[in-house]
Amino acid sequence: MSRILSTAANEFRIALRNRWVAIAVVLMVVFALVLAAAGAAPTGDIGADRLSVIVASLTSLAVYLVPLIALLMSFDAIAGEVERGTLPLLLTYPVSRTQILLGKLLAHLAILTLAVCAGYGAAAVAAIWADPASVAGLPSLVRLIWTSVLLGATFLGAGYGLSVLARRPSGAAGLAVGLWLGAVVLYDLVLLALIVSDGGGALTTQALPALLLANPADAFRLFNLAAAQASAAAGGMGGAAAAIPLWQSALSVALWPVLALALATAAFRKVTP
Amino acid sequence: MTSTLTISHLTKRFAGVEALRDVSLTVDAGQRVALLGHNGAGKSTMMKIILGLIPFDGGAVTVCGAAPGSAAARAQVAYLPENAAFHPALTGEEQIRHYLSLRGEKPAQAVDLLARVGLGDAAKRRIGTYSKGMRQRVGLAQALIGKPRLLVLDEPTSGLDPVSRRDFYALLDDLAAGGTAILLSSHALTEVEARTDRILILSGGRLMAQGTLSDLRRKAALPVAISVAPAAGQRDALAQALPMARANGDGRLHLDCAQDDKLAVLARITGLPQVADLEVIPPSLEDIYSHFSRRDGQ
Repeated sequence: MSRILSTAANEFRIALRNRWVAIAVVLMVVFALVLAAAGAAPTGDIGADRLSVIVASLTSLAVYLVPLIALLMSFDAIAGEVERGTLPLLLTYPVSRTQILLGKLLAHLAILTLAVCAGYGAAAVAAIWADPASVAGLPSLVRLIWTSVLLGATFLGAGYGLSVLARRPSGAAGLAVGLWLGAVVLYDLVLLALIVSDGGGALTTQALPALLLANPADAFRLFNLAAAQASAAAGGMGGAAAAIPLWQSALSVALWPVLALALATAAFRKVTP
Repeated sequence: MTSTLTISHLTKRFAGVEALRDVSLTVDAGQRVALLGHNGAGKSTMMKIILGLIPFDGGAVTVCGAAPGSAAARAQVAYLPENAAFHPALTGEEQIRHYLSLRGEKPAQAVDLLARVGLGDAAKRRIGTYSKGMRQRVGLAQALIGKPRLLVLDEPTSGLDPVSRRDFYALLDDLAAGGTAILLSSHALTEVEARTDRILILSGGRLMAQGTLSDLRRKAALPVAISVAPAAGQRDALAQALPMARANGDGRLHLDCAQDDKLAVLARITGLPQVADLEVIPPSLEDIYSHFSRRDGQ
């Protein structure tokens, strides 16, 4: 355990000096505040408090931003060690490869949690300041925070896996951008195209729920929207969120980080420096 | 007593090419062993196998009684890579504290370790600002952590100035006196001659020779060069008396003779009245090294 903590402390120090902590926090705070300001308009006519509406908007933001920050922090994790030439020495130490990855994960998760709390927290403070009744939305905010951390863990694990496979930071960066585009942007567009071409047939009713659950970003969105029962404010996914049981999206949100990290660890074990 | 490191009939192939062929050796506790060979001879490959970083194809390797790379072996082996590299954003002290934690030692020892390698003043500076020699010292400091039983050093003195080299070998002497087995690689026989107990010469993946320097000198049996200065005006007469000698432009006569004939030849030369002076030049360390590392026709 002390080995994992020491690795985590080291990684956190490096991220602090490389300005990664500042970048992640500023990014989240700025976007969350912009959304809080813009998302405040439609309250009143939908019967939800201000914060719940903002949480629905923040969910959509987190789907894009959390995986991006996670991948940006993680793509260099192993490839960077290979390029600097620090990996062979590290692997001669009495520390397992799983411990090395867990140490890095702990540091990166801490940074992500910090950024998410700062961003969402700023939005919540703004909402409660404008409308004290918004405290009713706090439980959904807390849920958004921990699911964002789990979503981040999934993409951190994926980033480590890509970092191992690419062996070079430039290659890993390319793969990370590709994964982000594929999982977060293109995946939904393809599903949308399927729904449109299928016209409400078997594909839409049978395959779509499974396809949504198979993508960690979509499962994250489903879970938060269904749990908050803020479908009306979020639009779009509302129908799908209602059709898929809450436990299924929760399971997907919880299992993906484990799966991603297991794959990254398995890939890292195969590396011969 | 069992050896700290035992290698028997080790073979390693890279894509069909044999990087190491049937290499057998042992390193005992407290022994300082130098591994010599030119680039591509297989030195680094062998070290990586000992450290468990890469697998091998044939033979057996035992490190401190365990398999190379196993948790038990890694806990007792320290390594200094050829070009020690560290994250530039960390200070020397932070880096060493981290390595101490990874070995389960107290991080507070970092300051002492850095002072031991002469980096006491730079401990709080980031490694990114260090020179190559300073990074090498950080590497040495981490290799000293926790009294390792086997120390594997890949060209440890490259990038160190002569004074630092002497300090470095003094540190090794202390460790060896404490029972640490040391395996270090080098390009230069001249550098390791006085500082190691045994020398291994690796060439083309094969162990060409091993032993003390005098063992190697005897085994190589290289000819001794003799340079004779003629007395004034006696040069032609001396050349006639020593028909096997060559005349170089320097006015002296040069001849080679086998080790075993040395005394007989010297007796003959000193008996000649035309001789003013003579010098005996034993084969240099570089000659001995070249002899072993090129024996396979490379």
